[in-house]
Amino acid sequence: MADRSGFLTTSINSIANWARYQSSWGATFGLACCAIEMMHTGAAHNDLARFGMEVFRASPRQADLMIVAGRVSQKMAPVLRQVYDQMPEPKWVISMGACASSGGMFNNYALVQGVDQVVPVDVYVPGCPPGPQSLMHAILTLHEGIKSGEFVRV
Amino acid sequence: MADDVTIEDSSEEVENPTVPPSETERRQLHDLWTSGTEEPAWVVASTAEGAQLMLPRDEATAGDVAEESGTLVTDDRLYKDEAVEEEITILNMGPQHPSTHGVLRLQLELDGEVIRRVKPVIGYLHTGMEKTGETLTFLQGPTNVTRMDYLAPFHNELCFSLATEALLGVDVPPRAQAIRVLMTELNRVSSHLTWVATQGMDLGAVSMMIYGIRERELLLAFFEKTTGLRMNHNYVRPGGVAADLPDGWQDDVAEIVRAIPDGLDDYHDLLTENPIFLGRTKGVGVITSEECFAYGITGPPLRATGINWDLRKAQPYSGIEQYEFDVPLAENGDVYDRYLVRMEEIRQSLRIAAQVLESMPDGDYRTGDLKVTPPPRKRINESMEALIHHFKIFTEGFKVPAGEHYQAIEGPRGELGHYLVSVGEAKPWRLHCRTPSFAAIQSLPIMMGDQLIADAIAVIASVDPVLGDVDR
Repeated sequence: MADRSGFLTTSINSIANWARYQSSWGATFGLACCAIEMMHTGAAHNDLARFGMEVFRASPRQADLMIVAGRVSQKMAPVLRQVYDQMPEPKWVISMGACASSGGMFNNYALVQGVDQVVPVDVYVPGCPPGPQSLMHAILTLHEGIKSGEFVRV
Repeated sequence: MADDVTIEDSSEEVENPTVPPSETERRQLHDLWTSGTEEPAWVVASTAEGAQLMLPRDEATAGDVAEESGTLVTDDRLYKDEAVEEEITILNMGPQHPSTHGVLRLQLELDGEVIRRVKPVIGYLHTGMEKTGETLTFLQGPTNVTRMDYLAPFHNELCFSLATEALLGVDVPPRAQAIRVLMTELNRVSSHLTWVATQGMDLGAVSMMIYGIRERELLLAFFEKTTGLRMNHNYVRPGGVAADLPDGWQDDVAEIVRAIPDGLDDYHDLLTENPIFLGRTKGVGVITSEECFAYGITGPPLRATGINWDLRKAQPYSGIEQYEFDVPLAENGDVYDRYLVRMEEIRQSLRIAAQVLESMPDGDYRTGDLKVTPPPRKRINESMEALIHHFKIFTEGFKVPAGEHYQAIEGPRGELGHYLVSVGEAKPWRLHCRTPSFAAIQSLPIMMGDQLIADAIAVIASVDPVLGDVDR
């Protein structure tokens, strides 16, 4: 990333990325079981505020990160895409749980077999549902990626 | 209620929606969905909301208007004044909304701040579980249904297992029954704790969220220790439970029974006499007993109207009749009474859990019927037949005699029923689920009619819908 750019641009980029990873606000996109675990991750016991993420924004226009928590049905997919499009750049997506990542155990007519058919995904979290620790690991992985510039595509 | 108007509309928009898309179009779809540009016409048509749109009054049929106003049952709370047409707004709430408890979508006809009509639109979480249930064996079935009402996984598993056992005609040993009662009652507590957390948060008491989940972590830790998972356990299976309770379970349950009432006292201090909470909940979202019967509402919303109907008392299952507990009742049927009923139900469930702790019988945790129960691990190492049997149970499953059975249990949200049809094979021929949240959602028009839009949030939270349960 930092190969051929000048000193100024790379320095500004790294400062911007530092600021971005320190406060990546999530858009509430709880769909199913994983949303409950997402709530648990945000609550006192696991306390996402440690990572500057306690604010889950109800409006996608104020959010940087969409955690797709749960199974995405065919009917929900256009809605999900619209919410993603409403988020300002730069933006990231975490696909939480087996259903969002691959359709999970529901290989049938109703579910989108992986949310990456609809939006680009940065980090996949395995589990059904993933526990708060799994989600926090994914979030920290994302933070590392944002900080190093690996996940920023503007 | 598909009426003529909407059928004409959809035929105008799409000339021939049945023509399957060509390969090129399919590719285009993929390209554009990953790049976020315009969708081709056939995609728009296939995902168009069509008949789900709430139509303006002059276009909607009289039946639609009546249904959306919640007037199917005799109702004296109907908004009677004629509003000026220009002041009417049709507002869309959801499916992506933090207070609709998932992906519920409501279309509201507003006259200023007063709700005149409500149209719930569901299906955003439709997972095809009833169809998937037909492709899984009876032993795998609980894996599927446990993800339906994800706040009450044990209840779903228990209901499915009881229906299967009724078809099989097997008896479950007393210890397995006691474990089932223990787990489902603790699950009721954890479900109600999530409800009180979100009810508080939706009304602006964000600290309730923290407190409710603080207590719930205790229960989830016990569930994880017992079943290996915090949610979606697949623990209750036809013939018994998957594994015995872990060592030291008595201490965990004793700690739960001791600690959660302390938390409940905190909630009562915070909410029960809080003037803001009273103002937001008293007299809001009233539903009468007759309306509950008409809409099929069971569980806490029904008991909040004063009807003493609890399937644990009326149609006992899994030996729950041995334990002493009361059915909390209220009389007004508003949001506040539902709150009181659920808070007391938590105490009663803990009371049952304490009794199970005292009286847990010894014995096997699954039935001795070898057609249903896999052979013990030790036998597999010694006997070729046992190995074959083990393999067949987990690949083919066991065959269930032809027949049909409807089993209902008292879930945290009301009557949870599973209807199973078997044609003598290892997989159900048909699985149908009667879910309490579905009835709760269809009653929203009658609870919300003639109320302020701010009350809509309180009403949605108070019926505690789980959209996985509605759409399944």
